[in-house]
Amino acid sequence: MSPHGNPDAPASAATEINREAPKAAPSPEQLAQPEHHDRSAWGLWEVFVRSSRGLSHVHAGSLHAPDAAMALRNARDLYTRRNEGVSIWVVPAEAIAASDPDSKGSFFESPQGKDYRHATYYTKSEGVKHL
Amino acid sequence: MSTPDTTTGGHGDISTGVAGGDSNASATRITPGNALRPEDIALEVKTGLVKPSGDIAEYALRLGDDALILAQRLGHWISRAPELEEDIALGNIALDQLGHARSFLTYAGAAMRNEDGTAKSEDDLAYFRREHEFRSVQLFEQPNGDFAATIARQFVVSYYQYELYLRLTESKDETLAAIAAKAVKEVDYHRDHSSQWILRLAGGTEESRTRMIHGLRLMWPYVGELFRDDELTQRLAEAGAAVAPSSLKDDFDRLTAEVLTEAELEVPDVPAAPGGGRQGKHSEYLGYILAEMQVLAREHPGASW
Repeated sequence: MSPHGNPDAPASAATEINREAPKAAPSPEQLAQPEHHDRSAWGLWEVFVRSSRGLSHVHAGSLHAPDAAMALRNARDLYTRRNEGVSIWVVPAEAIAASDPDSKGSFFESPQGKDYRHATYYTKSEGVKHL
Repeated sequence: MSTPDTTTGGHGDISTGVAGGDSNASATRITPGNALRPEDIALEVKTGLVKPSGDIAEYALRLGDDALILAQRLGHWISRAPELEEDIALGNIALDQLGHARSFLTYAGAAMRNEDGTAKSEDDLAYFRREHEFRSVQLFEQPNGDFAATIARQFVVSYYQYELYLRLTESKDETLAAIAAKAVKEVDYHRDHSSQWILRLAGGTEESRTRMIHGLRLMWPYVGELFRDDELTQRLAEAGAAVAPSSLKDDFDRLTAEVLTEAELEVPDVPAAPGGGRQGKHSEYLGYILAEMQVLAREHPGASW
């Protein structure tokens, strides 16, 4: 009872997690056909849902799916059950490049204290209209 | 199945205060949306706004029983599906079917009386009828089998129900038409779900393909019964209230064949089962389903949770 998607589907971050705990030593047949027992062939997808017209898509969560078509359907079933959405995007998790949490200092602390980058830093010059 | 009193609250009326349809959609608030609910039908029954004829009630009972038995079957997959995502997908489909069952049974019950003279509720019909009183066709009670067998059953059911509900939206009976209008959109998605899986299982591994072929062979003997007319459907179809089952067959055959061809599968060549579900003749499986479904309500009549 293990429906596989495309066994050639690209590996993803999900492969780090072995979702099928080995219960017994694999039989010779299993060893001969390892790809038929590799459930992690279902890649990880990130789901973005737009809740209403005029709003942007917001990250809702992630899921496993064998391909993009099924990922969209799984996303519909998992993340729009309570009328949350009018549009869904799915993106392979591996396609997302993320900033490094360890570089938080160099990446995000530089703008701190630079209040001249905010409009409120400046005082309105006399006589300027429409500000 | 139902909230105790549909007129005074409970979770049935979460849409209170949400008037209008999409025009009221808010960018910041998630609403349950507006759609026909079983509670709305129960209210119409209670206030005497709708009262089906005996024929219509019997017809609604048939469709309601189909959906109810399938919902019970599919519910068994919850926590047992091959993947968590599929668990939710099958659970959603089961809940859709349960919703259709509740609507049809509530409507059917309006023409039936309990011993104390009150109209039969959806619960009276679901929990307190015996096996031979159920009118579902035998396909719906067939065992889940493996995942491919369930998908094969879903494939037949959803393509059949889609053609049925699509035509039933034109029914002269407004309540049947309204239930069908809500259901057809949901069943359209069930069609998509099953056909996506047919393609993937048939085109996956040798093992999945073998199982898919086997699943279709298990379910196909029960296809013929779906399209059998009888006196009731003839009478109602002539009156424009119901759909003659035989009128669905051409489109069903054509559309299922398209999917099967794409999956490089053949329509199974298997002898038809005798059928008889509409007359209360069921396969050996229904009794067990009912035992599990009804035990709590019968052990504790009137219990709510």
